[in-house]
Amino acid sequence: MSFLELQNITKIYPNGTKAVNETSLNIENGEFVVFVGPSGCGKSTLLRMIAGLEDITNGEISLDGNVINNIDPSERDVAMVFQNYALYPHMSVFNNMAYGLKNRGISKEEINNKVNDVAKLLEIDQLLTRKPSMLSGGQRQRVAMGRAIVRNPKIFLFDEPLSNLDAKLRNQMRLEIKRLQRQMGVTSIFVTHDQTEAMTLGDRIVVINNGVVEQVGTPKEIYSKPNTKFVAEFIGSPQMNLFNCKIENGIAHIADIKINLNNSKNIEDASLGIRPDDILISDNGQHTCVANLVEYLGSDMIIYSKIGDQEFSCKLSSKIDLNAGDTFKFDISSTLVHLFDNTTGLRV
Amino acid sequence: MTKYISSTINHFILSIGLLIMVVPIWIIFASSTHSSLFINTNGLQFFLGDNFIENYSRVLFKQSGFFNEITALKMFFNSFVMATGIATLSVITSLMAAYGLVYFKVKYATIIFWVIFITLLVPLELRIMPSYIVMSKLNLVNTFAGLILPISASAIATFFFRQFYKSIPDELLEAAKLDGTNSLRFFIDFLIPLSKTMIAAVFIFMFVFGYNQYLWPLIMTTSEQYWTVVMGLKTMYGSISDRFAFVIMSMIPPVIIIIFLQKLFIQGIFQNK
Repeated sequence: MSFLELQNITKIYPNGTKAVNETSLNIENGEFVVFVGPSGCGKSTLLRMIAGLEDITNGEISLDGNVINNIDPSERDVAMVFQNYALYPHMSVFNNMAYGLKNRGISKEEINNKVNDVAKLLEIDQLLTRKPSMLSGGQRQRVAMGRAIVRNPKIFLFDEPLSNLDAKLRNQMRLEIKRLQRQMGVTSIFVTHDQTEAMTLGDRIVVINNGVVEQVGTPKEIYSKPNTKFVAEFIGSPQMNLFNCKIENGIAHIADIKINLNNSKNIEDASLGIRPDDILISDNGQHTCVANLVEYLGSDMIIYSKIGDQEFSCKLSSKIDLNAGDTFKFDISSTLVHLFDNTTGLRV
Repeated sequence: MTKYISSTINHFILSIGLLIMVVPIWIIFASSTHSSLFINTNGLQFFLGDNFIENYSRVLFKQSGFFNEITALKMFFNSFVMATGIATLSVITSLMAAYGLVYFKVKYATIIFWVIFITLLVPLELRIMPSYIVMSKLNLVNTFAGLILPISASAIATFFFRQFYKSIPDELLEAAKLDGTNSLRFFIDFLIPLSKTMIAAVFIFMFVFGYNQYLWPLIMTTSEQYWTVVMGLKTMYGSISDRFAFVIMSMIPPVIIIIFLQKLFIQGIFQNK
């Protein structure tokens, strides 16, 4: 039995909106799982149901062997870091961190020790007497984490905690969260809409769309073998190219280009996906295209072009000399393509 | 330079306003320190006289009223008890009503709130007969409870607190829930400290409102022992300087309250800091 088990979880709001649909998921002790998906996909709702902040319409959640559907959030022993931190504005940093412990009837001395230890760990021990309004965004973030850590809960829940930080701080905090989670080994669930965060943080990623889990797997599995067209498009930056095509006897027809897939499939309406960096550009490539636009990113560059009326992009080293308006030759290898059936959206 | 000019003009206008408000009070105060005879012969005074202690102590301790049963000091005490009672109870009831309306899944909470709000349209003067009947059936005529209870729930204060609670982000409640708080603790540990400034503002408003009550205490009391300052103002038949002294003293309690709570009061009115 897993540490946290979700069984056929469904959430329907009173206005009839189905936020989460028949979701099942097992999370092991100590794992770092990331829920990722576009905004409004139900990932936060799922997290809030685990926290107990939303009722569960249908299904069962069990934590550490106990069903927690009807257990009050205060007794679930989970800690959450909110998007806007939700620090207590009238309490000092110390009291913000100590409040949960006080409610659990822990002795003053022990609270002191715990808060001081965690404050040192997060390097906020100089700020303990300050009020949240006197802290910078990054410091608030640390206090919010401290408040969660100090309680030593069964699970950490992170609800897009990095989205209010600037890019530099975000990268720094991301590394720190990863480091802390490793160090403490507490099961964590992190919700984000940012696929980079998901890829870098998670031991496993759960891709959610429209209230349905599209795929669960390690970052590598999800990137290299997306199960659905949605996952293929959502994970990876720049986005995977998807060409609408017709496959006859293992040959994909994209406009006037034919790609041999080395199989004997026949699909009327398919999507052929290939990552921008998997398109092989060379002088003796089979296919020719015109570069419409070249985006220079330092070490890499991205070329935007078209096959027929379908746009695509390729990523290649910026050492290659190629400008907008130039023609280039490329190959698409059958081992690197991902095929999806457009009628089901599934991988074939 | 233009900044300097506009600042001068601003101060000039403010000074005029200040003078308009302060000068009459000053004249009353200055006149109250002279003997009545002196004022009757020489008119209102702008400078202090030397009868301050004599006049004020006479007014405070003189037995007055129709039956000479009450002193001004007792009236101040009565008014203070009444105003403090009204202010305290209003704050408590409206804090709790707003808490219930905003944070609990009360069916028809909005309608209930508007019903409460509509009572603003029914001032005490309009419901004075039923209120009196209820109080007299409860045997509360000639008691402080009778003076305080019918005006100890304030729709406008409920409205203020409700709006304020609605502006508190839900995440705060959720974070507190996960930290193991219950609804009573959330009220005490969060809502009360967070609305501290608002409480001060409402307390001052309700104190002054209670202090200024005239008709209700007039109807609720038959014994002179329960007369309030405002009732006393109406029935001061002493000499002119005595009356001035009484007027000046009647202003002191609200002023003291405001001085003590001023900082919180101003923050409370301009809550969106």
